[in-house]
Amino acid sequence: MAAKVSFDEVEVGTELPAGAFPVTRATLVQYAGASGDFNPIHWNERFAREVGLPDVIAHGMFTMAEAARVVTDWAGDPGAVVEYGVRFTKPVVVPDDGEGAVIHVTGKVAAKLDDRCVRVDLTAMSAGQKVLGMSRAVVRLA
Amino acid sequence: MALDQSFVGRSYPPTEPPYEVGREKIREFAEAIGDANPVYTDAEAAKALGYPDVIAPPTFVFAITFKAAGQVIADPQLGLDYSRVVHGDQKFAYSRPVRAGDRLTVTSTIEAVKSLAGNDIVDIRGEVHDESGEHVVTAWTKLVARAAEEA
Repeated sequence: MAAKVSFDEVEVGTELPAGAFPVTRATLVQYAGASGDFNPIHWNERFAREVGLPDVIAHGMFTMAEAARVVTDWAGDPGAVVEYGVRFTKPVVVPDDGEGAVIHVTGKVAAKLDDRCVRVDLTAMSAGQKVLGMSRAVVRLA
Repeated sequence: MALDQSFVGRSYPPTEPPYEVGREKIREFAEAIGDANPVYTDAEAAKALGYPDVIAPPTFVFAITFKAAGQVIADPQLGLDYSRVVHGDQKFAYSRPVRAGDRLTVTSTIEAVKSLAGNDIVDIRGEVHDESGEHVVTAWTKLVARAAEEA
């Protein structure tokens, strides 16, 4: 493993470069195929409404994958991620309006741990709502 | 109806046959999440970081562990209403990244079963090992079967 960020140079409170990740219906179809999760709530508006959702929603695992990019882009080596967990608090609603939704992700170093690891706390927002809770990654730095 | 508490601690046999992780599947997944990091698609870039082949994004393994968790979800004795299931929490702990060429098996265990306010909640732990028996990643998945609406 070869993270490009040095543990010694990171302080608690260090902010990671933020990310903004667009998601459209086409994105969701592509993700369904790649991940094998074909639940119709992610591509069929009629079905989504029938089960009480406001519209088609993004896969929670898609949102989790996008939030991870803020960590892996910063660390430089995705294999440096030691732990990663989230709570799915609100769905990312993806309207069929040609624009879709945007997932905004910020992260900051919340704690320095043993073994040159840091804990990064992430915040993921879409349409003004927090879509992930308790979103944390532990990363081993150089 | 509350779920059967006796399921807590139950383990299911390791998945067979092993899931073989392919380079093109990793590429497809990385493209689907819009991540252009070359360590997912270029073996030379992966080698430069010390890996024998391309590695997978951190959440890639969920497709494998969730399929394995399907054994639990579909267990008629457990009686989970899958049509009402939503994903509550997800966590991973990695010994190393998943990489192309891995042949992975998953052993699923039910860690907790709860009924809260009519919602059925199941926590499943999936231990992922490679062909040599070494631990790769553990995935914890919390599934919530939402209470059916009152008629």
